[in-house]
Amino acid sequence: MSDFTGSFWSSYVAIASLVGIFACLVLLWVTARKKSVGNADNTTGHVWDEDLREMNNPLPLWWVGLFVITVVFGLAYLFLYPGLGSFAGSQDWSSTAEYDAEIKEANTALAPLYAKFDAMPVEQVALNPQAQAIGERLFMNNCAQCHGSDARGSKGYPNLTDGDWLYGGSPAKIKESIAMGRVGNMPPMAQAVGTPEEVKLLAQYVLSLSGSPHDSLKAAFGRPKFGTCAACHGMDGKGNQALGAPNLADQVWLHGWGEAAIVAMVNLGKQNIMPAQKDRLSESQIHVLTGYVLSMSNGQKAAQP
Amino acid sequence: MTSTDLAKKHIPIALADGHDSSAFLYAATPKIYPRTVQGIFAYWRWLGVFITQLVFYGLPWLEWGQRQAVLFDLGARRFYVFGLVLYPQDFIYLTGLLVVSALSLFLFTAVAGRLWCGYACPQTVYSEIFMYIEQKIEGDRTSRMRLDAGGFSLEKLVKKTYKHIVWLGFSVWTGFTFVGYFTPIQELGMAFLQTHMGSWEVFWVFFYGFATYGNAGFMREQVCKYMCPYARFQSAMFDHDTLTVTYDEKRGEPRGHRSHSAALAETGLGACIDCNLCVQVCPTGIDIRNGLQYECIGCAACADVCDGVMDKMGYPRGLVRYSTQNAMKNGWSASTMLKSVFRPRVLVYTAILWSLIFALGISLYLRTPLKVDVVKDRGMPRYSQTGEIENVYRLQLMNATEHRLQLNIEVKGAPGIAMETADAIFVEAAQSRWVPVRVQLPHDALKPGSHPIWFEITNQEGSMHVTEASVFVVPR
Repeated sequence: MSDFTGSFWSSYVAIASLVGIFACLVLLWVTARKKSVGNADNTTGHVWDEDLREMNNPLPLWWVGLFVITVVFGLAYLFLYPGLGSFAGSQDWSSTAEYDAEIKEANTALAPLYAKFDAMPVEQVALNPQAQAIGERLFMNNCAQCHGSDARGSKGYPNLTDGDWLYGGSPAKIKESIAMGRVGNMPPMAQAVGTPEEVKLLAQYVLSLSGSPHDSLKAAFGRPKFGTCAACHGMDGKGNQALGAPNLADQVWLHGWGEAAIVAMVNLGKQNIMPAQKDRLSESQIHVLTGYVLSMSNGQKAAQP
Repeated sequence: MTSTDLAKKHIPIALADGHDSSAFLYAATPKIYPRTVQGIFAYWRWLGVFITQLVFYGLPWLEWGQRQAVLFDLGARRFYVFGLVLYPQDFIYLTGLLVVSALSLFLFTAVAGRLWCGYACPQTVYSEIFMYIEQKIEGDRTSRMRLDAGGFSLEKLVKKTYKHIVWLGFSVWTGFTFVGYFTPIQELGMAFLQTHMGSWEVFWVFFYGFATYGNAGFMREQVCKYMCPYARFQSAMFDHDTLTVTYDEKRGEPRGHRSHSAALAETGLGACIDCNLCVQVCPTGIDIRNGLQYECIGCAACADVCDGVMDKMGYPRGLVRYSTQNAMKNGWSASTMLKSVFRPRVLVYTAILWSLIFALGISLYLRTPLKVDVVKDRGMPRYSQTGEIENVYRLQLMNATEHRLQLNIEVKGAPGIAMETADAIFVEAAQSRWVPVRVQLPHDALKPGSHPIWFEITNQEGSMHVTEASVFVVPR
């Protein structure tokens, strides 16, 4: 793989490198044949600043040998590895390939460790202190960026410790969420609901579902508007885990609480993405991670090691 | 001789060992066959060899509790030095050590020139050991020169093979010891005997061994003359009161051979009998009688050998001795010369050196073997179910002791600030762990913005106390 867009700079770099190396050799050859002015007092005959004379202090021959070795090394390197313009080198080496090889090697080394957990059901992994320690590290490196170090999330990023699940909290569902990712899609519903005033009435009704402070009169007027929402969130507003439609009747407000937040959600909709991890993490890692996530939500956190 | 004379004095570059100087810009360097020397300075050098090598070869075998006393575990990034467990975060102590070493060098060099080069540098020390082996097997200077000059013979083959086997054995042991500072040496020894060392360990054992073999066996003075940067800048620390190995020209000249029985005064000659021994013992192949030269590593072998000659001739010792430019110029006595050791440059170096050693010692003594890093989660602050503002932090707790620590974390810095974490936090010996910490603040306690807070971490016994600052963000 080369970053050159045309062939000119590639050839330029290649030629400049080779000319440079051969120029070094020529320089060595020329200087090796040159005799310093053979003054009897072993100076080169150069005089600076009135009386500073340069002595002939010949470089040792082993130094010449080292110099030639570096030239040979340079040429061999440019032949074997990328460096000469876009020439990939006879070894076809690349940093990405090396990275992949190292990952593979590390995974092979870790395989026996994970094999033990592969054989366990997730519920048991959730109780195993060693698996928990590994899971914690995996979580910190791969999940905590969004869900927070304590897995309690923040606005827009679900709390994984509260037992409230958008897509289901069974081991299989958690594993599916991690491996395949999730795309939550709330379409903008303003047109289907009606005027801005009607959207506000609907918001009051939604607040009433969870027993949050609300204006009960407005909520009563808003109630008929909920029909459009019920398709996903259900008539009782308790959501639908098959679709990832959140429960509106509990105290969990992933995208913000209050009339303004609900109005904005209805008007603008929301697409919220959990990226798939299956290409980044191995199946075994996802298995251990599922156990870790499960342990946080169902209160059976493994004992301290 | 005045100092102007000294400056204009012409020192021939050609090696004094009877080689004509080529006018080419590159020239093969003639092999140097230093004659073995005995004397007070040789004794000090051998003492240097024994002390440094006893430390180098012996240290990795010392045990401290259940582990190697000095072990630099690069894989786990823990550095064990006797009772200390150092983390990469403690590299400041290495910096301190290097600064102390550099200042010691300044001080020693200002006082007595290239003491390091002459008595303690690994290049000198290993060359000395290798030359000792060489001398034991091939004989002294003349035997070695004869052996090399002669054609192929069974004797030559046997002696050379024998020498190289001993050299190589010693080199591999040196490489093995070196690796033993990074891999537990007893396990390494077992792996070595069973020939299943790791590939990197094999590489380093043989790489370091090869470097020892090449540098001490073949390169020798070439390392000092052409490779060592340190040799070149040391001369910048010399002044006219620095002790250097000096030939007393006033006393020595005119040099010349003379009858052993002739009284010095009658010969009309100086004390130098021109025996050339000072040149023959020189490991860098120079003639000290030409004055101070950059090749001189200050080993004083010439002083040792000349003293022996002076004894035989019945002349006073010290024709070649440690002296200073000022002492030579002004004809100072030894005591006058030594008084000028206490000059401002030396006193300032000494003062700085001791204050640094003192500061380093105090800082190591007061060091808490518990380190804490606070990393705030980058996500937005959030509100808890009960309306408090929550910020999440990760605390990296680094245990620099060799027992399990039970730690207690507290957060301070704002009214009503509180935190939640596991009741008892344990950190295993010499391990570090990340602990997520949730900090809550009543929503109206502070204005929107970023506020300084700090975590206080104490161990169960209360003997350790670490404070680490962070910020708490209140959203608008």
